[in-house]
Amino acid sequence: MIEFHLDSRSGVSPYQQIVQQVRHALRLGLLEPGDQLPTVKDVVASLAINPNTVLKAYRELEHSGLAAGRPGVGTFVTATLSDAPLAAQLPLRRELERWLVKARTAGLDDESIEALFRDSFRSASARDIA
Amino acid sequence: MSSALTAAGLGKRYGRKWALRGCTVEIPDGHVVGLVGPNGAGKSTLLNLMVGLLAPSEGSLEVLGRRPAADAEQLGRVGFLAQDAPVYGSMSIADHLRFGAHLNPRWDAGFAQERLDALDLDPKQRAGRLSGGQRAQLALTMALAKRPQLLLLDEPVAALDPLARRDFLATLTSYVAEHGISVVMSSHLLADLERVCDYLLLVSAAQVQLADEVEELLAHHRRISGPRRDLSTLPADQQVIWQSHTERQTTAVIHLEGAIHDPAWQVDELSLEDVVLAYMGGGAQAPPSRPLLGVAR
Repeated sequence: MIEFHLDSRSGVSPYQQIVQQVRHALRLGLLEPGDQLPTVKDVVASLAINPNTVLKAYRELEHSGLAAGRPGVGTFVTATLSDAPLAAQLPLRRELERWLVKARTAGLDDESIEALFRDSFRSASARDIA
Repeated sequence: MSSALTAAGLGKRYGRKWALRGCTVEIPDGHVVGLVGPNGAGKSTLLNLMVGLLAPSEGSLEVLGRRPAADAEQLGRVGFLAQDAPVYGSMSIADHLRFGAHLNPRWDAGFAQERLDALDLDPKQRAGRLSGGQRAQLALTMALAKRPQLLLLDEPVAALDPLARRDFLATLTSYVAEHGISVVMSSHLLADLERVCDYLLLVSAAQVQLADEVEELLAHHRRISGPRRDLSTLPADQQVIWQSHTERQTTAVIHLEGAIHDPAWQVDELSLEDVVLAYMGGGAQAPPSRPLLGVAR
């Protein structure tokens, strides 16, 4: 069983934080198919949050095929986020590191780099949607 | 779906002063409603009207589909926890429970006992000697053991330390999770409300300024900032709630239906606190300042 926590300053909505924490636990192998997620009542009692927030998070996990609810029993993990993508991350990380060196050489400071990344990320996502 | 609260042109006057006026709102059943607004805005008046301790000066009000305090049954359906969690100081905890059982036909003695056991409270202890947190928990236990369908709470956690506050809210939300009751809770602690509530009712200057699901509110409000300009040129579906201008920059909180396509604006999502502040005119503070430089073309 895992336990959730909420970061009220993260700017990420509470239900998304729960979804992210489950995904994170799946990626780290802390949760495996068959494991039960904390009941809505338990989460609510430990975090003092609105029950609908937990329900919404679990519904989203069900939609993405990571969990399934069994009426009257609870919500269970049905899939895993395997380590395969991790292997793909390595070359990407190397490329990014090379790019960062280039950016620094060009005279960009940390904030400018972050801003540039966020801006490019946003316009790329916007293109994907369009 | 039935309504927890239906008000039409509801008003309450004390002498010449209107504490609440022109209040027209319908809140569906099954929500935890945060009631916010500045001091003296009419929050307590609205709660007192809902429970039937005050009578409207004008307009109509229905709670769970009926007139407040219409009869014993209606009184039993609505629980009310007044400000500062009042308990009888000279009575023991056990006396409180006996008292509650006598006065409430639907009293759940098992639940009350279970709560007190969980809180580790000695039934023989006098209520006047409890800590603030324990007193609030006793008052909440009393309010819940009468098995209300709607629970009204007037600033229940204002006087509690952070841990007691968390415990109180956890008791409340657990009960909601299990029994699906409606709750209306006034508070100044917006961070708490953001976690606990899924509906917001904002009363300011004796008027209802805002009443909607929290998710809808967050989805339909944004902070925009960019080079100074006149906001009357915004598209028709974007309504300015709050604005501030410097020589070069314009910052505004807007209500919107669609997306913002104007690339000149930096667009930020808002917390519930930011939205509430914008409506109260206090102004949403600037975002944690992270100027977007470097991307200048």
